Amino acid sequence: MAVEPLLSVRDLTVTFPTGDGPVRAVDSLSFRVERGRTLGIVGESGSGKSVTSMAVMGLLTGAEVSGSITLEGRELVGLTERELNRLRGRKMAMIFQDPLSSLHPYYTVGEQIAEHHRVHFGSRRAAARARAVEMLAEVGIPEPRRRAGEYPHQFSGGMRQRVVIAMALACEPDLLIADEPTTALDVTVQAQILELIARIQQERSLAVVLITHDLGVVARVAHDVLVMYGGRVAEQASVEAVFAAPAHPYTRGLLDSLPRLDDPDDAPLRAIPGNPPSLLAPAPGCAFAPRCPRAALAGAEALERCERIRPRPAAVAGHTVACHLPLGPTAAPYTPPREATP
Amino acid sequence: MTQDDAPGPDPSRPGPEPLLSVRDLSMTFPGGRGRSARPVRAVDRVGFDVARGETLGLVGESGCGKSTTGRMIVRLLEPTGGSVSYDGRDISHLSQRELRPLRREIQMVFQDPHSSLNPRQTVARIISDPLLVQGSTATDARRRATELIELVGLIPEHIDRYPHEFSGGQAQRIGIARALATSPRLIVADEPVSALDVSVQAQIVNLMDRLQRELSLAHLFIAHDLSVVKRVCDRVAVMYLGRIVEIGPKERVYTAPAHPYTRSLLSAVPLPDPVGERARERITLLGDPPSPASPPPGCTFHPRCPKTQRICRTEAPELRAPAPGEARQVACHFPEAV
Repeated sequence: MAVEPLLSVRDLTVTFPTGDGPVRAVDSLSFRVERGRTLGIVGESGSGKSVTSMAVMGLLTGAEVSGSITLEGRELVGLTERELNRLRGRKMAMIFQDPLSSLHPYYTVGEQIAEHHRVHFGSRRAAARARAVEMLAEVGIPEPRRRAGEYPHQFSGGMRQRVVIAMALACEPDLLIADEPTTALDVTVQAQILELIARIQQERSLAVVLITHDLGVVARVAHDVLVMYGGRVAEQASVEAVFAAPAHPYTRGLLDSLPRLDDPDDAPLRAIPGNPPSLLAPAPGCAFAPRCPRAALAGAEALERCERIRPRPAAVAGHTVACHLPLGPTAAPYTPPREATP
Repeated sequence: MTQDDAPGPDPSRPGPEPLLSVRDLSMTFPGGRGRSARPVRAVDRVGFDVARGETLGLVGESGCGKSTTGRMIVRLLEPTGGSVSYDGRDISHLSQRELRPLRREIQMVFQDPHSSLNPRQTVARIISDPLLVQGSTATDARRRATELIELVGLIPEHIDRYPHEFSGGQAQRIGIARALATSPRLIVADEPVSALDVSVQAQIVNLMDRLQRELSLAHLFIAHDLSVVKRVCDRVAVMYLGRIVEIGPKERVYTAPAHPYTRSLLSAVPLPDPVGERARERITLLGDPPSPASPPPGCTFHPRCPKTQRICRTEAPELRAPAPGEARQVACHFPEAV
């Protein structure tokens, strides 16, 4: 733990002014990512996971961002647009759910990748173009020299996402943020893209922040997991710890409610009752309290504490968990899944 | 390909006369304008049966024709070939007027609950409209709407609210209540949970499961998520590029998939288990699904198939049982021996 983390986020809070009053989309969030590690940020819509990544990239205009975000020890909160432009693409890069929205329809993909290189390194046109072809080859696009001269609409969805990854990595950033990178893709193509991200991450020893709602994707590629609920951290731990013995009742509930290929189908799914919280009227206590089975069973006094007092993230058996009634490692029996099919 | 004799029953579903029977169903969309204009064969001679009270899952990736198939069955689209028989009667070319009595019997649940509910109507109105169209009185319709709201797990007091006042999961409950209003016998559900949050998905899956049992509904459940489909269906049909490549009882298809596409599809689903997930053997397909506007010759899966032989490039395999007596059918020249 002596290693200085590449990315360190402390007490990040993001507030949007809206017609209905301020909305605190992210509330006192802290985490760190080291080189060569992948942090999976999991949450449902409105949990603040995308806003967190936008805040790191400095892409939130019109929102109030407080707390601290440091990249290689350098503070990012409060930097000017000009200073951020020098870091974006060069030190940190981001890929989004819909690759078409990140690509310009009027330029060939080769020109778009080369542009990054020219802007950040002042490379000559020919050198930048050669680099673009190299990048396309690296992300597994066949016939890269020819494909570099084509336009985004000539690529399929999976190939477009490869182009966007090539573009993001063209200037060799240290940090890659991937916001739902495979959600718009078919499952067989998703498998290819996840494999690509994992391979590139290892080869380049990148720090990756992977934002997703899909626990299966997290299980496949992440080393560490941060579970968000209602703009706050619910739980953070290594991927093995989170799946083997979740400490937060929300994490447990999410895992229990998933239909799984390796489960028998006879019993109904154990759904979490209720709906995700509204950020307009946040609860004073734990955001999950109204849906929490543990709070409901713990008696009136404990329930009141959950509803009134906000739990602070604390270390419990290798997890960081924000809960008054965390599940212990023994309280959550975990039956390992049977042999997967096929 | 001409066929004088009517195609036989769906061998993957033995038993009495089915509620829904689909034969050689095809849909060709005319190509748009422009130089790459070409007719698109979205659905190509698809056939299956759905028994009374049964759920058939229809799975596949985007562009495989699963939604188009669903839309032809509820007759939002008129098929360009083949037939859809409901309760023994061919409904594939009925006029809108002739279809009206059938609308009571066949209902649809859509993917995005908010865009399928009229934002300017109250929940009471949304649910009673189908009843009013079918000739109920206003009082009866409202009473029935209140019953339905309770049946799908919402609070009856909320009946005079508007859709925007509900969350995604609640709105989908309203969509389900509307589909149930006319007491249908067949529900076509097109990706009914894929727009919902994970924690809410399970609620809706359980609700549909319960309603199906209580009301003995038949379901055609269209989805791309194999884990969800496994949970709800009795039988499953896997589509690829407009055709059914494998169809059969759920246990057979999920535990012993015979088509290479089904096998790779199942192995591509990430399991929420980091240890098992990393140890699992995976069949990674190359490339993307081809465009239905220019399908490959022979077996349309051959450019991505790990088992391609010469015959696969020239001859399209017919859907047939891989072994005698097997209640499952596979369209593959070299099905997995299972």
